[in-house]
Amino acid sequence: MTNTYNASRTFASPHAHGGSGVRHTMVRVQFALLPATLFGFWLYGWPAFFLWLITLLSCLAFEFMSLRLMGRQQIGRTLGDGSALLTGWLLAMTLPPWAPWWVGVVGAFIAIVIGKQVFGGLGHNVFNPAMVARVALLISFPLPLTTWVAPLPLTSAAAPGFVEGLQITLGQMHLTDAMSSATLLGYAKTELSRGVDLVQALAGDHAPGLSWSGIRAGSLGESAAVLILAGGLFLLVTGVIRWQAPLGVLAGVAVPAAIAHAVAPGHYLDAGTHLLSGALMLGAFFIATDYVTSPTTGQGQLIFGLGVGLITWVIRSLGGYPEGVAFAILLMNALTPIIDRYTKPRILGRTRAGRPIDPPPVGKGA
Amino acid sequence: MGLMEKFFGLSWGIHPEDHKRPAADAATRTMPVPERLFVSLSQHIGAPARPAVLVGQQVKKGDKLADPQGAVSAAIHAPTSGTVTAIGEIPAPHPSGLPVLAITLESDGKDEWAELQGCPDPFALEPAEISRRVAAAGVVGLGGATFPAALKLSLSQKSRVSTLIMNGGECEPYLSCDDRLMRDEAAAIVDGIRLMLHATGASEALVGIEDNKPEAIAAMSEAARPYAEVRIRPVPARYPMGSEKQLILVLTGQEVPADGRPGDVGVVVHNVGTARAVHEAIRHGRPLVSRLVTVNGACVGQPGNIFVPVGALVEEVLAFAGGLKKTPERLIMGGPMMGMSLPHARVPVVKGTSGILALDAAQVADRAQEPCIRCASCVRACPIGLLPLEMARHIQVGDLKGAVGVGLKDCIACGCCAYVCPSHIPLVQYFAHAKGEMAAQERARLRAEATRKLAQARSERLEREAREKAELAARRKAERAAAAAAAASASPAVTEGAQA
Amino acid sequence: MLAAILSLTILGALLGLALGIASRLLHVETPPVQAELEAMLPGTNCGQCGFPGCSGAAAALAEGSAPPTCCPPGGKALAAAIAEKLGLSLDLSSLTDEGPKLATIAEDLCIGCCRCLKSCPTDAILGAPKQIHNILKEACTGCAACVDHCPTEAVVMQPVPVTLQHWVMPKPLAA
Repeated sequence: MTNTYNASRTFASPHAHGGSGVRHTMVRVQFALLPATLFGFWLYGWPAFFLWLITLLSCLAFEFMSLRLMGRQQIGRTLGDGSALLTGWLLAMTLPPWAPWWVGVVGAFIAIVIGKQVFGGLGHNVFNPAMVARVALLISFPLPLTTWVAPLPLTSAAAPGFVEGLQITLGQMHLTDAMSSATLLGYAKTELSRGVDLVQALAGDHAPGLSWSGIRAGSLGESAAVLILAGGLFLLVTGVIRWQAPLGVLAGVAVPAAIAHAVAPGHYLDAGTHLLSGALMLGAFFIATDYVTSPTTGQGQLIFGLGVGLITWVIRSLGGYPEGVAFAILLMNALTPIIDRYTKPRILGRTRAGRPIDPPPVGKGA
Repeated sequence: MGLMEKFFGLSWGIHPEDHKRPAADAATRTMPVPERLFVSLSQHIGAPARPAVLVGQQVKKGDKLADPQGAVSAAIHAPTSGTVTAIGEIPAPHPSGLPVLAITLESDGKDEWAELQGCPDPFALEPAEISRRVAAAGVVGLGGATFPAALKLSLSQKSRVSTLIMNGGECEPYLSCDDRLMRDEAAAIVDGIRLMLHATGASEALVGIEDNKPEAIAAMSEAARPYAEVRIRPVPARYPMGSEKQLILVLTGQEVPADGRPGDVGVVVHNVGTARAVHEAIRHGRPLVSRLVTVNGACVGQPGNIFVPVGALVEEVLAFAGGLKKTPERLIMGGPMMGMSLPHARVPVVKGTSGILALDAAQVADRAQEPCIRCASCVRACPIGLLPLEMARHIQVGDLKGAVGVGLKDCIACGCCAYVCPSHIPLVQYFAHAKGEMAAQERARLRAEATRKLAQARSERLEREAREKAELAARRKAERAAAAAAAASASPAVTEGAQA
Repeated sequence: MLAAILSLTILGALLGLALGIASRLLHVETPPVQAELEAMLPGTNCGQCGFPGCSGAAAALAEGSAPPTCCPPGGKALAAAIAEKLGLSLDLSSLTDEGPKLATIAEDLCIGCCRCLKSCPTDAILGAPKQIHNILKEACTGCAACVDHCPTEAVVMQPVPVTLQHWVMPKPLAA
């Protein structure tokens, strides 16, 4: 009677499982991104939605093609793990919402094929695929990647309709100057380069607004900092991510920014502006916490986060680009193996160097 | 590190669902002796025991069936009265299903004890005598490692341990045999602990019991009340609390060196079930021939704890426990975290069998493996501080040395890493494979060394033989020459002729 | 001027001295690879590799004319060790390691001719003229040198059965 059960394989222990799964994790992250994304759709209208959709679908398509070309088995299951979808989603969050369709497609190609599959697929890539794509796009096509639109909520009269939105995404309609706007970081950088003091530049009426509500120019992922933060906290509470990397990133930007602003307010933005603008929140909670490309231990993640934050601040304040989260993350991605090497946990019964600890003198009781 | 632990509590291990109840609360049953028992000769760590009976011989319950062989080994006794009908190979309770040598005993149905020699006042005995009697009773560690208990007692006496730690953690899910023993036989366990204190010379005993067993803690505290040297210490329920190193760390704050033994920090660890076996052996002279086994899992008719004679088949134990409700996805001996999957149910219960689990697919929760996403869940779960993902990566490409470099030898195979892995990577299997492969390489190396010695001995022999032959020839030649010379001196003409 | 020349000279002398001392103190013996390889090989001179004895094989390995997998009695473990020593990447798939084999003598076929005795590189065969021979399992290296010497085909190579003590958990299949 009992000889009929599954005895065809040798099973190693354990014979139980906690129930977590890759797909489960990816779905949670996507769920956490949902509020900010929906807000972005409302804020920037139909074109934003079309670009998002195109980017996601292209990611899935490129993932499918790559797996097919490599002759992998069970393509459906790999597609279903949600990692390609998440990469596409994160990429779409960092693009200008009214960018033409091909930006999404090219970005998806770079992210999935060059950023991930070339390295061997999920778990083997050194750099975060979405950030690789974002940086490659920014360097290759600077114009469409820096053309931001002023918010035109779906409910407002000037908002493009469904068909109009489609035309914008397909590149049939050119943006008027009235529609375009600058992000606060971009504006600050431009004004600084013109020799205008930041205190004066930001005091004027035409300075881009900055608020937690996020009604301002920017990408999907930078407008609603408060919603991104909420999503990040959800991930923290559900245990998908840990606090070290996000805290590191935020502290890495805020501390030098606060110091520099206190010293020279005319040249350096204050910490609050830094934290709320650009892709910082998104980077801190959703990209610096990417399992594959960040260190494994908590200590390592803290170092990683601090590095990302610091480099971001340096690029923003001293570099040529107004925004530096993507560059900072890629740079720190490259350092991940080294950080991992130096932050190995101590093995029980061994010193940090790996030698067995000395036993304490015996005989206190005997 | 120490600071972090102060702020965030214990950071190692996992909290698996324990599934212990209702089996733990069901009253203990005793399984009748089956017609035939298959008593394995390898029921302990170390060399298999050597049979001491002949086929056809009549034995009483408790008669010795096999003698220990070598330094680390244990005696084996008859679990019932009857006739030895065979000594041969049977399938071992092991995932490989390979054969093991066993003595087949046909029960006569009387279950008659041999003449037993109990000891009314064991505290008058020499500590060494207690160890000797424990060895004679074939007691081994009942927590699962099955290390001969007597050896541990005498070793700890030699290394002058100060603290005896009793492991009542039973952190494996589903298992409740130690819990049940502590509830039902607390007095016998406490007596066993005091005997072990006497045998080891330790001054105090700390009984670590996980706080998810309040009944056992209450019963043991009650039984230990008169004895100040036996202290009951509830510990947080956390897997793997029952691991020696973790329990020592939690109870004494001491860390056992990676290459050392608990004796190095003045501690020895025994299981509470072993304490009961010691009590039985010393007070009543009864050898270890049966044990309490938890039979549990969704496929078992009436889960609970059952006293099973050593050598009964798993199939029979399951039948006694109300049969199987459905076909199990996996049959396990031991706990779900570290137990062995059985190839089939026609394998015997051994001294180390703490549980027999018939789990269904939902309980096993086995899924297809996915690529590692480096989420580091395994790093956080590892109670030793290893990097399971790195170890598996090295082993996957056959780099065993690299795996050792990141701590393979410190792995205790507790299974925390594989339990939490979202990609369902069989990490423990990687490590078990690598450890086995390394042992095989070590054996090959030793063999090659032995071969070289043999080859050298042979070439030396050949040389010696050639030399001896040459010497012999030279001697013969000299003799002949001497004889010739003698002959020549007798008749010079011959010599002249020879010279010509 | 003088100070500069002097200081540079002293500096050079000191550094040179330090280098000299370091090269003495940190000197690493580099024994000839061939001797090391010979020490790794079984040393039975069984001839299965096709070279004249183990020293011949070691010479061939050192010069690269023999693959690291050339020693059948050494098996996978030795092949891996040699490849590591020589810094070669090893293709184990080319090695048909069917697991260890030992020689056995079929008692009904053995005529007690003693020919196999002489061929055994480890003196693992016991026997005398007109007596059935036997092989000591512990001493047999599985080199199969004796097989060809038997006129009645009584010597056969048989795989060593896997036991519980020698069983190795299979490696999981990669995802």
